[in-house]
Formats: sequence, structure tokens, C-alpha cells
Amino acid sequence: MQKSWRQRFHLPAVIGTIPMILVAVGVFVVGIGFSVLWSFTSSKLFPTYDFVGLAQYRRLWGDNRWLVSVNNIWFFGLMSIACNMVFGYLLAVFMDQRIRQEDLFRSIFLYPFAMSLIVTGLVWQWVLDPNLGLQEAMRNLGWTSFSFAPLVDANTAIYALVVAGIWQGSGVTMAILLAGLRGIDDEIWRAARVDGIPTWRTHISIVAPMMKGAFATAFVLQCVGVVRVYDLVIAMTGGGPGIATSMPAVYVIQLITVRQNVGQGMAAATMMLLPVLVVLAFSGIVIWRRNRLRGAGA
Amino acid sequence: MRYKILTAAFAATVALNFAGPASATDLEVIHWWTSKGESAAVSQFAKAFDNDGHGDKWVDSAIALGETARSTVMQRVLGGDPPGAAQFNPGRQYEELISGGKLLDLTDIAKAGKWDEVIRPKAIGSACLVDGHWWCVPVNIHSNYWAWYSKPVFEKAGVPEPKNLADFIAAAPKIKEAGFIPFAIGGDGNGWQIQLLFQDMVTEALGVAKRDEMYTKKSAEIAGGPEMKGVFTQLRALKQFTDNGYANRNWNDTTNLVITGKAGLQVMGDWARGEFAAAGMTGVKDFGCMIGLNEAKPVVSTDGDIIVFFKQNNPDVEAAQKRLAALLISPKVQVAFNNAKGSMPVRGDVDMSTADPCMQKSLKAVEDPANIVTATNRFITENTNQQLNELVAQFFADDSMTADDATAKFATIIGNSD
Repeated sequence: MQKSWRQRFHLPAVIGTIPMILVAVGVFVVGIGFSVLWSFTSSKLFPTYDFVGLAQYRRLWGDNRWLVSVNNIWFFGLMSIACNMVFGYLLAVFMDQRIRQEDLFRSIFLYPFAMSLIVTGLVWQWVLDPNLGLQEAMRNLGWTSFSFAPLVDANTAIYALVVAGIWQGSGVTMAILLAGLRGIDDEIWRAARVDGIPTWRTHISIVAPMMKGAFATAFVLQCVGVVRVYDLVIAMTGGGPGIATSMPAVYVIQLITVRQNVGQGMAAATMMLLPVLVVLAFSGIVIWRRNRLRGAGA
Repeated sequence: MRYKILTAAFAATVALNFAGPASATDLEVIHWWTSKGESAAVSQFAKAFDNDGHGDKWVDSAIALGETARSTVMQRVLGGDPPGAAQFNPGRQYEELISGGKLLDLTDIAKAGKWDEVIRPKAIGSACLVDGHWWCVPVNIHSNYWAWYSKPVFEKAGVPEPKNLADFIAAAPKIKEAGFIPFAIGGDGNGWQIQLLFQDMVTEALGVAKRDEMYTKKSAEIAGGPEMKGVFTQLRALKQFTDNGYANRNWNDTTNLVITGKAGLQVMGDWARGEFAAAGMTGVKDFGCMIGLNEAKPVVSTDGDIIVFFKQNNPDVEAAQKRLAALLISPKVQVAFNNAKGSMPVRGDVDMSTADPCMQKSLKAVEDPANIVTATNRFITENTNQQLNELVAQFFADDSMTADDATAKFATIIGNSD
């Protein structure tokens, strides 16, 4: 039976979602539309409508700094997401052992996430600065050959960023996964114990698959954090030494604000959007197929 | 209850918005004069403007680091809320502000103050005089071609004071052995300090004529030539004499290494002299200054600072802006400001006998047009400038990048510049 218009759209629900729809259309759709549009123009400081085709994209992919940024985001993304998931899960399992002072530990692990990255990034920078931080402190204590200054070396600075990213992100992953762990029925554990399955095996083969939702949430949050990573880089290295730790988001902001080159900046922003669109399209197709199969089976 | 709080918050923001421009003659000025010497200098402007007898008030918006301050100004302009006035470096940084009609035309007060006669050399005025209209006020002449060194460091290392950059590179190993940082540099703000050094070396290696040709004709041939490879090789040589804390250091902390006798020499524009002065030191007696990276060939570049004024559509504010513009270039303010800043006044008709011996060197050099080097900023846009920053900073940080590589990339950037 065909549902009537009224049944489909509840008036209160429509009213309730209007602000969100306005924001989504006004900010995201229109904003993204202009970004893509301007990426085909020769806009410098002021946006213009002088279309130059793909020239900005050619210049973008000829720019050394952009290529370095793209490499960096893959490295940073893979490393920090993998480590965050592993450490987050281990921390969650640890917290789930009915330890004393659980609230205290949870606060400690969540704290890095609660604070502004500009602040914690600066603290990291100071700690790792060879003339202010750890290295100088150890040398003052008498260990004069001590050398630890990852941020000032173009080859190691990205690792320091990854470590800071893990320090910041694993707490929140822990919180999400802990909630997932707590949602597992005690009966399952009891049954596994009765069957004589070792605890680690229960975790990997039974509990983890049951926590699919929690893992997916944590993973998506991590991915979003990686794509837009900006403040961590600005606070810790400013993209340096040289351009060694530049990231796409840093590049886009740099192009638009400092370099007064809106066209090329928008081209870079559009390139950042592309992988997100591909993932969205892929998941859309998967969901659509699943629905169709289900529909056919019923 | 919740609505009440929201309403109150809304009312408060509205009230604040109306309370903002309290008096019509408050003028916000955005600049990046934040170091000790610089803030001493800019307070001379503020003092003069506050006491000009018209009830004007200088509202100071100091933002650290030039590129950050400039991008803040641009965002404010794009957002339709430009400040009253803002600092730029003379050159192409503000060309789109002029062509976009965002700036206040200062031609009438420039005529009244005879700017085209008093400003010397002519190249300083030409940064503001575009198509017969004055769009900004030049407030000082800074030269980027300077090296500053610590006399005690050279004495303790047992090496003679340098007369040129090659002298210094020869002496640097001994300074290192004596336990000092031979060469002080900082890598903040996308590596602009490294590019400043690099540009000084480019002029030295190519000669002024060939360098100007490279930038005006965008000649990839000159930019990819053997002299440029030589510059990159020399830059790599200098790197081994730096300390590993350079990565995020700003210029005045770097100068401080020389002031406190921890480092031997820094290549930096003459705003560094303001830091020495603020530390109570006098040139030649307490510290050394090498003009043009080569005392035998003194040069002065037409770098420096200019102030632009933004259209405000309010006659009262525009009158105050013009009062400030006239004041900035008036003889008394010029002397007070430039003495504190370490720069030269833009007019030749003021008494600078109180200037210290280092500045006397540049005052002497600026008299001869053959010694004037056009500032790099006059040739290149901010886009190209930042690309060069990145290239030079990357080369400096990454030892695996060869001089050939860097030269080829330099040629590409110059060839594609606009």
C-alpha cells in the first residue's frame, strides 16, 4: 500500500531537521560547490570566474610540497590509525579487568583528547626541542652525550607527529571500545570459559566480531581526524623542518591565506574531497546491493 | 530558562557589536613588529598618533610572524572588515589590494607633503606610487644584506673578524672547535630566514644585473645555471655550522644567540640592529656588522615596511587615516622610529647624526645609486616567495637533496612564476 505524504514526513520531524538541512545545504553543498568551481579558475587573492580548465591541477601535481603532503598523510594515517586501534583495544581490555580506580585511569587516558591540540602540540614541541626539552634536561643531569631531537630532523619529524597523534587518539578509541566491551553479555564469557576456550582466543574470535559497531565508530572517527589533521602539525612543526611534515590540510590553508593563491588551494581541497567521495560511493553501492538482495529474498 | 540565557547571550553580543567602534577616530593597525626592538619602534608611532591633538587613538594589533599577520589582514579584507591600517613589505604583496580598489588613495596628502621630493632613493617611493597614485606610506628602508657577529666569539676562537662570507666560512671550523655555534639561523615561518640568506647569496653570486634579469625575464636559464648550483653548494656548507635547534626558531631568538655570545654570526636584515640596541649594545664597539655580505662591495636593498590604509566609507575615519599617514612620514617621527628600529628613514632631509656606526655605513652606501639592490619582493608575488621559501627550507633540512636537484627546482619555480 502506498504511504501518504503525511505518513512519510512527520511535520515535527521535518521542522526539527530544517536547521540541519539548511546547514548541510548552505555550508557543505554550496561551500563545496564553490570550492570545486574556483579550482577551475585563475583566482589569486580574490576569487574570480576566469576559467582556466585543469591548469591549477597541473600546477598542484607539479608542486613538490603537495606531493610531500600526500605522502605524509598516507604514512601518518596508516600508522596512527593502526596503532590507535591496537592500543585503544588493549587499553580497553585492561580497563575491563575490574581494576581499582577505574574512573581515575579513564580520565587520564581521555585527557589528551579533551585538551586543545594547539596546547598539547606546543608542549610536545617544547619537550622535543633540543635546547629546551628532554635532551637538554638529560644533559644537565650529567648524561652529556644524550641525543634525542626527532623534530629537528627532516627524516624523523613525521614519527614524532605519529607518536603525538597516538597519544592524543588512543584514549578516545579506548572509551568507545570499552563501551563496546561492556555491552558483551557475561553469559558469552561464561559459555566460552565452560568450553575451555583461552581468554585471548575469546577476545579475537568471539568478542571482537561482536563489537563490529564500536570498531566501525572508532575507525571512522580516526579517519576523519587524519584527513583534517592541521593543528597538531602547526603546533609541533609548522610543517617543517623544511616541508618534511606538511599535510594536505596545512597545504590548503597555506595556499589560500598565505600564498594568496585561492585557485590552486581549491584544487588541493577538491583533491582531498575525492577519496572521501570514492569511499562514500563505494559504501553507498554496497548498502544498495544489500538492500536489493534482501528485498529479492523476502 | 534556557531561552532566557540564550536571549541574554544574544543581547550581549549585539550590545558588544555596537560598543565596538566607540569613537570614530580609533584606528586599528595590524603589524608584525613584535620583538623587543620592534615594539620599542612601533610605540613611537603610537605615541605620536595618540598625541596629535585630534583625539586619535592607535589601536595596536601586533601579530607575530609576517606571513601570519599578512594573511590575517587579507582574511579581514575578504570578510569585509578591514583594519584601519596594516603593514606590508614593499613589493607585490598588496598589488591585488590596489587593483581590487580596497585601499585609500593618499595622493592628496602625498602632494601636500611633497613625498615625491623628500623620499629617497626613488625606488622606495615607487613601491607606493602606482599609476600616478599613492597607495601607501613607506616608513623605513631596511636592507636585507647584513651579517651581525659577536666580537667576543671571534676573539675567543682566535680568528680575525670576517670581511665577507667566504672569510667566515673559512673561520667557521675554528669557531666550532672553540665550542660556539658558528652560524646562527632559524627555520620558523616556512623558512623565510633561510631564504633571506639565500637571496643575499644569489645577488653575490650572480651580480645585481644578472639577478635582476633573472627575476624580470623569469629566466629559467639563469636560474638553472652554474652560479646557482654554487649558491646551493655554499648553503649546504653553511648548514654544517648551525646547531640542531634551528628548526622552529624565530629571528629574534636567533639574534639573541649572537647577542649573548653563544653563536658567531647571523645573516639578517638590519632590523636585527634594533635587538642589539634594545640589549644596550652599540655597533662596532660591542658587536660587528658586515654590510652586504662583503665589506668591499657594500649594498643596500630597498626592502623595508610600508603602511596601507583601507577604505572605510566613513569620512571621519578616513580623515584620521590621512592624519596618521602624514604623521608616519614626518621628520620627527621618522627619526624616533628608525633609530629604535635599526632602519633608515625614507627621507634624506632628517638629521641622523645620532645613528650608530652600523647605520652610518648604510647611510653612506645609500647615497650612491650603484649600491642599491632592488628588493626581491618587488619582482615576485607572495605565491612565488613562499614556493622559494619551501624549496630553500627543504634543501636546508634534507641533506639527501642534491644541489643539482635544488637548482633544477629553482629554475622551474622561476620559469613558472607570474
